[in-house]
Amino acid sequence: MTAHYDQQPILQARSIVKRYGSVTAIDHADLTLYPGEILAVIGDNGAGKSSLIKALSGALIPDEGEILLDGKPVHFNSPMQARELGIETVYQNLAVSPALNIADNLFLGRELRKPGILGSVFRMLDKRAMEERAQAKMQELGLMTIQNISQAVESLSGGQRQGVAVARSALFGSKVVIMDEPTAALGVKESRRVLNLIKEVRDRGLPIILISHNMPHVFEVADRIHIHRLGKCAATITPDSHTMSEAVAIMTGAMEVNSDPVAA
Amino acid sequence: MSAANSKPSVHISDHDKVADQAGSGSYVANFEAKESPLERFKKFLHKYPVAAPTIVLILAIIGFSAIIGDRFLHPFNLSLILQQVTIIGVIGIAQTLIILTAGIDLSVGAIMVLASVVMGRMAIDHGIEAWLALLIGIGVGAITGLINGSLITRFKLPPFIATLGSWNVFFALNLWYSKSETIRSQEIANNAPLLQWLGETVTFFGARLTYGSLLMLALFVLIWYALNWTAWGRHVYATGDDPAAAKLAGIRTDRVLLSVYVLAGIVCAIGAWVLIGRIGSVSPQAGYTTNLDSITAVVIGGCSLFGGRGSIFGTLIGALVVGVFRNGLALAGVDVLWQEFTVGILIIVAVGVDQWIRRGKA
Repeated sequence: MTAHYDQQPILQARSIVKRYGSVTAIDHADLTLYPGEILAVIGDNGAGKSSLIKALSGALIPDEGEILLDGKPVHFNSPMQARELGIETVYQNLAVSPALNIADNLFLGRELRKPGILGSVFRMLDKRAMEERAQAKMQELGLMTIQNISQAVESLSGGQRQGVAVARSALFGSKVVIMDEPTAALGVKESRRVLNLIKEVRDRGLPIILISHNMPHVFEVADRIHIHRLGKCAATITPDSHTMSEAVAIMTGAMEVNSDPVAA
Repeated sequence: MSAANSKPSVHISDHDKVADQAGSGSYVANFEAKESPLERFKKFLHKYPVAAPTIVLILAIIGFSAIIGDRFLHPFNLSLILQQVTIIGVIGIAQTLIILTAGIDLSVGAIMVLASVVMGRMAIDHGIEAWLALLIGIGVGAITGLINGSLITRFKLPPFIATLGSWNVFFALNLWYSKSETIRSQEIANNAPLLQWLGETVTFFGARLTYGSLLMLALFVLIWYALNWTAWGRHVYATGDDPAAAKLAGIRTDRVLLSVYVLAGIVCAIGAWVLIGRIGSVSPQAGYTTNLDSITAVVIGGCSLFGGRGSIFGTLIGALVVGVFRNGLALAGVDVLWQEFTVGILIIVAVGVDQWIRRGKA
């Protein structure tokens, strides 16, 4: 594997707490992401994993605890701030605009303008530069079964749309990519392609936090698995150290473990 | 139990088989091979939203020139059609911007009339310089747009309701401020000829074009540029297409909406200047049908009322289609009521075609 567990963690959450009235969604949760790894986050519905992920992507402001990026404390008040620091999120509902084309979607909200007076005064978009960079990124990730970069996203299949969303995160994410259920809505063949794509992104040096309900997918691609239960991390295992049924047992509370195969 | 289990496994293996046959590279090509000509036509219309109204416009021109002959195709008559659609065209630009964001603005006509009354009274009754009166009128347009936009973004009112309310409010303000009196054309010509300047004509090859028509065409080009060549334009489409996705992509959709309503208000105020040029006088009762006519032009022009789809030039074509049908039917000596009838049919067909295009896209 390409992960580097001896290095400084790229992203760390320490003792994060988030309460909604009397409900504690995150209860002193920790999470550690090392350079070059895919960290899967699993947990039962209501275990608080999506709240934790939202805290890491800036969509939610935690009540207590700290988030460290490259060892330095950071505070996000919005997803835009997290994004500016290099944390990209691929949302479950993809956040792509169906009527716009692939290149427009990749650069949506971060368009490139022409150099010189055309860009500064007339605000003219540099469509060619955006198309070229989009093309290059899609090619690099092996997504060029999509033939035409200027075709509307709505003409793509579910897996190809997922590919566009992943390509966008890989294009702008400089530190971390967070993926929320990337294979949930896909068929068998398309899931396979997306899993390969996730590995491809990891192999290009971007660490990934992968949220998924699909145990076979998690065990196939993850380097480590963070199991969330009752608002905190119940255990961190690897696909080699535990079986799928053991992971489910930890997730549901039928089995208790307190070992981090890396930290220990 | 066993039946329930076997069913999905059959489905999954089928899926793999099909996917394997398709291979990795030929996915898309396989799809196209199965298409019927009708499907292909549908895709063409989907990709080029201006195509359908353009086809209708060309057929209408061919049809009317066959029935009526040279009188219809004479440059003078064609330029007359252009003059007749100028106001609807300008207001249609404002309406297009709003419909692209999946909104609707029922107050565009009222904003135009209010702005024209402000321009007229400022210049004539208050003796303010004509250019300044124009600017004040345009400022009124911007403020009315800001009010609409705030009601929709801040108070989360549906655009239909917000602008239904503001339509009545703006119209009442217009009656109050004008004291329901018309400012006569002669008075404007003597004291503030600039207000009527857009009604003056230039002649090209027997076609008489007003400055108003030329300004309308310039506005279309300007807004086309903004929609297609600036980030703001992409954001307008994205906001109308899927506001949740646009927000997640980092677009401040409320700001985009607000800017669209303010711009629409300004365009309506420019329409007020065109209106004064066209009718010469300033009347609080003018342009009463402009609201619905502008929506008609946008819809016939192929813009989707669901937002995010359509082209600004479609609206120009849509306005011309209405203008050609009205003019042609009038020249053919058909009773006026059949003009309304025809426009009604065109609207229904246009929306029907839009629904058909949007349904079951591959």
